[in-house]
Amino acid sequence: MTVIATPPRRERVKAAAFKGVLLLSLGVGLVSLGVLLVDTVVTGAPRLNLDLLRRFPSGRPALAGAQSAIMGTIWVVGLCGLFTVPVGVGAAVYLEEYADPARWYNRALEVNIQNLAAVPAIVYGILGLGFLVRGIGLGQVVLAAALTLSLLVLPIVIIASRQAIRAVPNSIRLGSLALGATRWQTVRRQVLPAAVPGIATGSILALSRAIGEAAPLILLGGLTFITFNPTGLDSAFTVLPIQIFNWISRPQEEFRILAAAAIVVLLVILLAMNSAAILIRSRSQRKW
Amino acid sequence: MHVTDLTPGGPMAPPLLAGRQPDVGAAGIPGDPVFTLENVTVRYGGIAAVDGVTFDIPLNEITAVIGPSGCGKSTLLRCLNRMNDLVPGSSVEGTIRYHGTDLYGPDVDPVEVRKLIGMVFQKPNPFPKSIYDNVAYGPRVLGIKDGLDGRVERALRQAALWDEVKGRLKTSALSLSGGQQQRLCIARALAVNPDVILMDEPCSALDPISTASIEDLMADLKQQYTIVIVTHNMQQAARVSDRTAFLTVQVNTETDRRTGQLVEFDRTEQIFTKPADPRTEAYITGRFG
Repeated sequence: MTVIATPPRRERVKAAAFKGVLLLSLGVGLVSLGVLLVDTVVTGAPRLNLDLLRRFPSGRPALAGAQSAIMGTIWVVGLCGLFTVPVGVGAAVYLEEYADPARWYNRALEVNIQNLAAVPAIVYGILGLGFLVRGIGLGQVVLAAALTLSLLVLPIVIIASRQAIRAVPNSIRLGSLALGATRWQTVRRQVLPAAVPGIATGSILALSRAIGEAAPLILLGGLTFITFNPTGLDSAFTVLPIQIFNWISRPQEEFRILAAAAIVVLLVILLAMNSAAILIRSRSQRKW
Repeated sequence: MHVTDLTPGGPMAPPLLAGRQPDVGAAGIPGDPVFTLENVTVRYGGIAAVDGVTFDIPLNEITAVIGPSGCGKSTLLRCLNRMNDLVPGSSVEGTIRYHGTDLYGPDVDPVEVRKLIGMVFQKPNPFPKSIYDNVAYGPRVLGIKDGLDGRVERALRQAALWDEVKGRLKTSALSLSGGQQQRLCIARALAVNPDVILMDEPCSALDPISTASIEDLMADLKQQYTIVIVTHNMQQAARVSDRTAFLTVQVNTETDRRTGQLVEFDRTEQIFTKPADPRTEAYITGRFG
């Protein structure tokens, strides 16, 4: 005889069913992603070689490659990172360390940043076209694209940096201030170093979003047929998503194969960036 | 001697520093007040947390502040180095004089105050850096670059931690035990050559053995420093302190607001053997609180 009663059969069935539903939800996501990946790699396989990286776009599919698009992506996203990270971290430091949340303008700033993070990418494209390309006359160049993407990911960088800064325990700040450190010294020597891993991962994830954006750049006038690499801020450009979009919309089957191969390249870049983010995160386990 | 190389902060130094004798610790007479509190009221968002506290904190002694939770003893302590300024909505009325200078005077920079009046917190809060960098942090913030090794060693010796850590100064401070971390925090405060050390329940997160070592340390440190300790542990106050301030909490039954008030301030021996106020006696004999 046991004193511990077994739960009724009905309850056990319910528990098992619930677990089943959860696994199914997970499965749907993973399987569809897996199918897409395999399909893309298989389709693109014939063109997955160094020629893809070496050659420039061409009307003849056999001769076409994605070099200008890859270099364009590096230029645009690299500059975007250069613009976004300092500004985003600066804004996050202000909001977390200096802003008095009792003031209405600080609360307004906060709500607006949250809202900006949710604005569709195409809206930033319209802003970029109206203000940067035409308004101040930058033209359809690398700089305009980098600035547009910066506006797009800036809210994400700010939010991620704020979370990283907020995760630094207040006892660290108080310990520093109690030794006669100024607020700036405390931020510079204690808070920011402790928040760097979180800021880095957040920024990398934000930039990987920028890499995948096609819509705002198409609107801006990123060209699809560029047979040279960007040479500077004022250079015409194309980027991988635009190139892929262009190839897919061509009627020839060979271009679709080419597009699949370019998607694989884009995915590899994205995976590399996300792995870097994961690596940074795991290297810096919570120290307190 | 312990304050000699704390150079005033340049031409803009507030009167607090500029007018201060560098050897005040050595030259002062034990028993002279370091702090003079007159009718001190601290409010958070307009509501008084501590009301009308008046007493003197003497030089080179250990002054304990005891009382039930919510009586505002930590609030009062944080006013002494202006850490309370960091709490949004806080305000201080009355006067707190530090060696005669109004701590809340218009020319006094709280950052300069905190360089002279160090603080040890309830929970050990070492920085996520090496042991060495923790102790060197204060001097570095002050812009001191020379003789750091000597300062670090001296501070660690004063905090009775040197022998335990001298072989691993470059290892993380977070690898130390809780008691060692708290002594490291004391060493960190000592490294900037303060005049006063404020301790906010420094042993409440520690085991009895670590507590005993911190208490021994305090007895040594009072030769050179003025110490103010907040504790909820009456035995600790009786063991370590020379003077005791007993605060109690007044509850307004209509608004349910709690305000701390000073009941009695006297020599510790007096407080624990012949308290003048029946409320003190009730508290120390365990009938309330």
